[in-house]
Amino acid sequence: MTDFSRLGVAAIRDGVANGEFKAVEVAEALNTRVAGAKALNAFIVETPEMAVAAAQAVDADRAAGKPLGKMAGVPIGMKDLFCTEGVQTTAASHMLEGFVPTYESTVSANLWKAGAGMLGKLNLDQFAMGSSNETSYFGNVISPWRRNDGGNAALAPGGSSGGSSSAIAARLCPAATGTDTGGSIRQPAAFVGISGIKPTYGRCSRWGVVAFASSLDQAGPMARDVRDCAIMLEAMAGFDPKDSTSLDLPVPAWEAALNSDLKGKRIGIPREYRLDGIDEDIAKMWDNGIAWLKDAGAEIVDISLPHTKYALPAYYIIAPAEASSNLARYDGVRFGLRDLPEGAGLQDMYAATRAAGFGEEVRRRIMIGTYVLSAGFYDAYYTQAQKVRALIARDFENAWASCDLILAPTAPSAAFGLGEKNADPLSMYLNDVFAVPASLAGLPAMSVPGGLDKQGLPLGLQIIGKALDEQAVLNAGLAIEQRSGFTAEAGEWW
Amino acid sequence: MSEYRIQGNTGEWEVVIGLEVHAQITSESKLFSGSSTGFGAEPNSHVSLVDAAMPGMLPVPNRECLRQAVRTGMAINAQINRWSRFDRKNYFYADLPQGYQISQLYHPIVGEGEIEVTLNEKDPDSPTKKIGIERIHVEQDAGKLMHDQHPTMSFVDLNRSGVALMEIVSRPDISSPQEAGAYLKKLRSILRYVGSCDGNMEQGSMRADVNVSVRKPGGELGTRTETKNVNSIRFMMQAIEYEAQRQVDLIESGGAVVQETRLFDPNKMETRSMRSKEDAHDYRYFPDPDLLPVELDDAFLEECRASLPELPDAKRARYEALGLTAYNAAVLTAEAETAFWFEDLLAEGVDAKQASNWLMSELFGALNKLGKTLDESPVNPKQAAELLGLVADGTISGSIAKQVFEMMLETGQGASAIVEEKGLKQTNDTGAIEAEIAKIMAANEDKVTEYRSGKDKLFGFFVGQTMKAMQGKANPQIINDLLKKALG
Repeated sequence: MTDFSRLGVAAIRDGVANGEFKAVEVAEALNTRVAGAKALNAFIVETPEMAVAAAQAVDADRAAGKPLGKMAGVPIGMKDLFCTEGVQTTAASHMLEGFVPTYESTVSANLWKAGAGMLGKLNLDQFAMGSSNETSYFGNVISPWRRNDGGNAALAPGGSSGGSSSAIAARLCPAATGTDTGGSIRQPAAFVGISGIKPTYGRCSRWGVVAFASSLDQAGPMARDVRDCAIMLEAMAGFDPKDSTSLDLPVPAWEAALNSDLKGKRIGIPREYRLDGIDEDIAKMWDNGIAWLKDAGAEIVDISLPHTKYALPAYYIIAPAEASSNLARYDGVRFGLRDLPEGAGLQDMYAATRAAGFGEEVRRRIMIGTYVLSAGFYDAYYTQAQKVRALIARDFENAWASCDLILAPTAPSAAFGLGEKNADPLSMYLNDVFAVPASLAGLPAMSVPGGLDKQGLPLGLQIIGKALDEQAVLNAGLAIEQRSGFTAEAGEWW
Repeated sequence: MSEYRIQGNTGEWEVVIGLEVHAQITSESKLFSGSSTGFGAEPNSHVSLVDAAMPGMLPVPNRECLRQAVRTGMAINAQINRWSRFDRKNYFYADLPQGYQISQLYHPIVGEGEIEVTLNEKDPDSPTKKIGIERIHVEQDAGKLMHDQHPTMSFVDLNRSGVALMEIVSRPDISSPQEAGAYLKKLRSILRYVGSCDGNMEQGSMRADVNVSVRKPGGELGTRTETKNVNSIRFMMQAIEYEAQRQVDLIESGGAVVQETRLFDPNKMETRSMRSKEDAHDYRYFPDPDLLPVELDDAFLEECRASLPELPDAKRARYEALGLTAYNAAVLTAEAETAFWFEDLLAEGVDAKQASNWLMSELFGALNKLGKTLDESPVNPKQAAELLGLVADGTISGSIAKQVFEMMLETGQGASAIVEEKGLKQTNDTGAIEAEIAKIMAANEDKVTEYRSGKDKLFGFFVGQTMKAMQGKANPQIINDLLKKALG
């Protein structure tokens, strides 16, 4: 009997389409996997009946000879940042506990239209703010991976899309949605040895996605291989008139155009990313990546992205600034949590509701954002950060004169243990150092597995491409995937 | 323009006034959502997910609102900014679902322009003054709190939440309550002409924030106060008067004006402090990351310009060229509705002078008596043109026309039908008129003698008597001719 947990998006889609198995069989098998993996805490809400219903619809369509969608019969996990009609949507915050939207986000609706089904809503860092999933109100997600030291230390699945990464690595689902504001797809993908792509800003509609930082937020797919990412991104992307920043462009046929022959492609290696004291294993993986791309026919060139060191500080001004405003709507007036102490007035209600509803990291970022936008500080922080952002974008523009793609590590280290970085927010923020520049520039960027470190933990290679050139990014990812021989899996300890 | 001065104990004081007028843009749907802007609906019946700021909802600009702002800018000869941007103004209040108002601080859609005002629109010799407009920007309105629905709670109505407003900011060029009134009237007139705002202050579609400061003539600018949300021209003039006097009294008694926000209480005719600068919000303005900058192309601007109607100043000049007096031209153009009514009469073939005289005396008089506005007139331009046509072609006399008009107002019947039914047609039967003249002369021999000995004024007496005898139905020109002949 087929072990459906081992099949990816393409295999399930093709198997269903060819009649090798029924979509319902896949949905039921994965529902069982999800139900049996509570120890990972990857899901906030499980929706087995929805996975089955979507599968039944696909089976019925196939029986009736109707054309099937790009994701027909594929059960997926939905990051709980996407509003789903009739299903609780929390952004992993107490603030939205019990909130059931009457509407469906554009991206999730696109996926359902393409024939995907929902296994449940995936845990994440609260309001997508975090790199370890430890800021979730519903408890941290645990990575299925363990160090090879024989210890049982629980590791972070990365963040903010940590429920997504953990669930895919644990084979609870073949793919899941992620969102990436400053690395929230790529870093968790790297931490658990899977692939994930953040497309060009504007490819996927933000309508119905709980906002963190509007100018940076971008949805994307996470899956176990590059092809699956291409398929799912095709289903998610597309112009949406309800999002003013959505790109009015046709969605390319990325899957059909996948090609790992990189002849004629120039790969830039940014010298500024080779930080002093770079982790030895990371440096080695990066070198391997360079060799694999060369082997695929690409030319390797040294490039400079001179403003890289300013990217992280600029990001931690811009993202909190936007967040401080985006999260103002959680005020206890219309939906979500309301904490109204006896005899309290409006201001008291705001204070009580927001103090009780937001976790510590969310409160910290609201405070940072409020501060940098304040009268007297605005120019010194926000305006400066915007200038830096423009310079970062220009760095990339200049780089494209000499290369077509950029190869770098996804994160500066492998997954860390839960609790190891909690005490120092700055060391946590440093996790995003390689991911943030592409976010600030709105460029497509992908993480693919690049190998294991000495502790036996996965590491990720990041490919950054020109705006709208997801194809080249996916192709390079495929070239690496074909050469890295990455087959490691987390042991099933749960 | 006017030398408005407040006499204080230490001498004269000058008043410096600037107005920020919030005008609701006339549009079917809100600035960033498809909800209706209809007035007076059930609370919370015109609220979309976007207006209620549900999680994940995004604003999409309504081009029509931007178009109306651009047209308004063009009507005041303002600079139109081809590149503008929306900013967020952040503050918490229960009527503001997003926790921020989407507005335009840094890059408004309309830049500098000006409006020429005159203290007495109806007096062509009244001096004029140009009031500078600093900017017009587009922003969202907030919802409304209702405090009278529950003993301990306030309710929120979001129908207005997200409705588009233009904020029209004047320079501090206004120096008296009268000028402020004239400015607001002229501005309202322009908005109505353009069709970008109905100017209805009672329904709140237009309201003013009034900045007032005082200074010794020609001296340094004083500290200003801002009186918020004044919703009638009269209240605004009263608020300025009160506030300027209060500031003078305060300074002269050794105090200092503090920069603050105030409210006008029309019952007590005074302004009251609402919050001082120290309590002022830090709005943390920044560009709205959900929205792209607004870029206007040539075709869009061309359409805006082409769709502008003739504006009041141009209209007035044209009416004068039609032979109307400056006074009549000014009155007819002061409000768009009047001008459109007048032009409807012309379109029906009525002579310009006849139309303007009738409209200003007969129609305005009748409406005044009925307590109705022009919009509510029981007689429409087509019906009025029918009546005036009967006068013009000699079917009825002017005095009969007055009677017919009254009957039209009462019964709603058409002029021709009334004339027909009541037999009011003017007679040109010279025999009948001559017979009446003979009778009148016979009965008033003394007056005939007086007239013939030079008392010309008596001619009117004979006209009146003859008309009366003819029950008003005789052609006045024929009466004149026949009387002249008979009296010699």
